[in-house]
Amino acid sequence: MSRSKFLTFLLVTILALGALNIGPAQAQEPVKVTITCRCVVGGVNHNLAVWLTTFVIPTFEEAMAAEGTPVDVELVEFGGGDEQLKEQYALDLSVGSGYDIISFDGFWVPEFVGAGLLKPLAEVVGPEVNDWEGWGHISEGIQAILSYQGQRYGIPAGTDVRQIFYRKDLFEQAGIALPWQPTSWEDVLNTARTLKEAGVEIPLQINAGTAMGEATTMQGYFMVLLGAGHHLYDFEDNKWIVKSPGILDTLNFYKTVYVDEGLGDARMQLLQDGRNRSFVAFRDGQVGMLVEGDWFWRSVIAPGSETAVENRNEVVGWAMMPAKEPGAGYRGQDFVSISGGTGWLINPNTPHPQEAWAFLSYMSSRDPVRAFELIQPRISFRDDVQVAGDLVMTAMASALLQYSTVRPMLPEYPLISTEIQLMTERVVSGEMSPEEAMDAFAEAVTEIAGADNVKIIE
Amino acid sequence: MERKHAIFPARVGIIFLTPALLFVVVFLLYPFVRVFLLSFTNQTLLGTTAPNPEFVGLDNYQRLFDPDRWMRLGEFGSALKITAQFVVGSALIGQAGMGMLIAWAFYRKRGVLREVVFTLVILAWIIPETVVAFTWVAFLDWEFGTLNSVLDTIGVGRPDWLFDRPLQSIILFNSWRGTAFSMLLFSGALETIPPSYVETAEVVGATAWQKFRDIFFPLLRGHILTDLILITLWTFNVFTPFLLTGGGPAKRTEVVSIYTYRTAFMGRHEFGKGSSIAVVMMLINLALALIYLASIRRRRAT
Repeated sequence: MSRSKFLTFLLVTILALGALNIGPAQAQEPVKVTITCRCVVGGVNHNLAVWLTTFVIPTFEEAMAAEGTPVDVELVEFGGGDEQLKEQYALDLSVGSGYDIISFDGFWVPEFVGAGLLKPLAEVVGPEVNDWEGWGHISEGIQAILSYQGQRYGIPAGTDVRQIFYRKDLFEQAGIALPWQPTSWEDVLNTARTLKEAGVEIPLQINAGTAMGEATTMQGYFMVLLGAGHHLYDFEDNKWIVKSPGILDTLNFYKTVYVDEGLGDARMQLLQDGRNRSFVAFRDGQVGMLVEGDWFWRSVIAPGSETAVENRNEVVGWAMMPAKEPGAGYRGQDFVSISGGTGWLINPNTPHPQEAWAFLSYMSSRDPVRAFELIQPRISFRDDVQVAGDLVMTAMASALLQYSTVRPMLPEYPLISTEIQLMTERVVSGEMSPEEAMDAFAEAVTEIAGADNVKIIE
Repeated sequence: MERKHAIFPARVGIIFLTPALLFVVVFLLYPFVRVFLLSFTNQTLLGTTAPNPEFVGLDNYQRLFDPDRWMRLGEFGSALKITAQFVVGSALIGQAGMGMLIAWAFYRKRGVLREVVFTLVILAWIIPETVVAFTWVAFLDWEFGTLNSVLDTIGVGRPDWLFDRPLQSIILFNSWRGTAFSMLLFSGALETIPPSYVETAEVVGATAWQKFRDIFFPLLRGHILTDLILITLWTFNVFTPFLLTGGGPAKRTEVVSIYTYRTAFMGRHEFGKGSSIAVVMMLINLALALIYLASIRRRRAT
C-alpha cells in the first residue's frame, strides 16, 4: 500500500467510526458518573459504601435505564484520612478535574469557595435545583452545613453530636455507680483517677495533637473550651479569641490528663495513626472514657466494623460532657457539645452535571435515606426520616442537640484549627507550658486573621 | 592543538541539543523561576489568597528566620538542625561508615558470605520506598513490632522506638537503607589499589589499622570525598522518614523536606512560604554541588 493510499484508508476508517458514534446504535451508551467518599467496603465507613453499591447505585441505574437515559455510576473508594481527602480535593479541583460527586465536610466549604474551586449548586446544575422537593424537608440549620454566603453548595447528609463514651465493664470493675453522668471537670478527672487506681491502662482519652487533624479540634479542644465557658470565635464582635482564661483552663485540663497525672496516653495523640489506635484500644477494653462524636458509636464500634465492640449496647455507655462547673459552660450551660456535618457536592468541573444531580437528588430523597437508616441509624438530615431502631442514638440526639454549637463558617477557620491542634500538641508533648502554648497560638492566629480581627479576654 | 574535523557542522549540533535544552528549560528552569517568584507572594492553595495572591516582599523569608521562634519544633531552624543531625548520623556515620566497613571487610575476598552480604545490602537499597517504610514500621512498632517481640522475649523489655527515640530510629533506618551506594563505591575503589602495596606492607608486618591509615585512606581520599558529598546531598533532600514518623511525634523528626511538604501541602497550604523554603534549600544544595564539582576538578588536576 502506498503512503497516500494508506492515509486515505486511515481517514475513511476514522470517519466511519465517527459516523457510528453519532448513529442510533450508540444512543443507549450510558453516561458515566463517578462518586467518591472516604468509604471502603470492609473498611472505614463500611456502611456508607455498602449502601451506595448495593442499594442506591443499582436502583438508580435501573430507574434511569427504564426511562431510556441510562447512567452508569461508579463509586471510587477512598481509604485515607480526612486531611488527605481534603488535600486530594484541593489539588483535583485546582487543576479542573476530580470525580463528579464528592463527599465534603461542611467546614471546608468557605476555604474552597474563597479559592474559587467551588460553585453554587444552582450554577453548576441550573436554577431548577432550587425546586427539589427535598429542601422542604431539610431544616435551615442543616442546610447551612453546606451553604455559604446564602448559596447552597451541596446536599447535607446529616449532622452529629459529641459526648463521652465509656466502658461499663471497666466502670463496674472500679466500683463506679452506673449510669454515670459527671457534672464537672473534677467529676471526670476523679473518675479517671478511680479507674487508674483500679488498674485501667488508659482511664481518659481526649483528642489532642496535629496527627488527628480536625478530630483534635472538635472532639478534643472544643469540648473542653466550651466547658470553660468560651468559644473560639466571638459571633457578636466578629473576632477570633486568641487569649482567654478559658483557653488556659482548657490547656491545663490537657496538662492534668496527659502530663501531670498520666490519666491518658499521650503516645496516641502524637503518633501518626493515633486515632485508629484509640479505637482499637477502646475495643480491647484498655480505654475507660473516650470523648468522640456519635460517628464513633454508629460506625467505629458498630457491629460489622473492624473495631466493633462485642455486645456494644451492653458494654458501652455514654455521658454528656460537663462544663468545668455547673453553669460555667458556653452560654451558661451545664453541658456542652458541638456539631459538624458532612454532605455531597457536585464538582463544578463535571461534564455531566444533570446526571450527577439526578443521582445526588435521588440518593438524598426519602426512600434511599430510610434505607440507610436501616443500615446505620444516625441523626437524619430529613425531617421525614427518623432515627431507625437505635434508642441510644435517639437519646444522644435529643439530649445533646439543644446544647450544641457550631464552628464559625469562615475561610480562616481551617487554618486556625491547625494552630489549635499544634497548641494542644505542644502542651501534651510537654514541649511548652499552657501559657507559652497560648502565646504562640495568639501570635499565629493574629498572623492568619490580622490584628483587627482578634481579641483577648482577660 | 589542531582542531579535529567535526562530523557535523555546528548548526546541526545545536539542533541535536535543542530537545535536551528544551527539557531543561521546561522542567528545570521554568519551575525554578516560578518557585522563586512565588516565594515573594502569599499564594495559597485554598482560601482567598489562592486566586488573588499578593506580593509580600521578603515576608516569607523573614518568617522562616524569625529569631524568636525559628528554633521551635516545627519551625525552619529546628528542621535544619534535625536535618543536620539526620545527615551526620545516617549519611556520614551510618552509610559511609558501614559502607567502608563492609567494603574493607571483604577486600580481596570471594565467596558465599560476601555475595550474601552484598546482595542483602543492595536489596535494601533497591526495594521501593513505601515497601521499605512499611516493613520498618512493622519492625519498630511498640506493641506489634518484630523487634520488640524479640527484645521482650529475651527480657530487654519494649522500648518505644518511634515515640521515645524517633530521630535515632530514622537515622538507623536511613543507614540501613542507603549503605549500598557507599559500599559499592568503596569496594570498587579498593579494587584500583595495586595489590603489591598491600603485600609489601604485610611483609613488613603492618597491622590492619596501619594499612588502612597509610595505604587505603590516602589513596581513597578522593572517592571518600565524592561519596560524602553525594550522600549528603541526597540525604539532605530525602523524604522517606515521613512514611515512618510523619515528622512526629510533636515534629521531632521533621527534616526540611517534610517541613516544606507540610507548609505547602498540608494544613495551611502555603505555597508562597513553601516556595521560600524551597529556594533556601536550592541554595544549600547548590553550595554542596559546587563543593562537589570543585573537588572533582581538583582531583583531575592532581
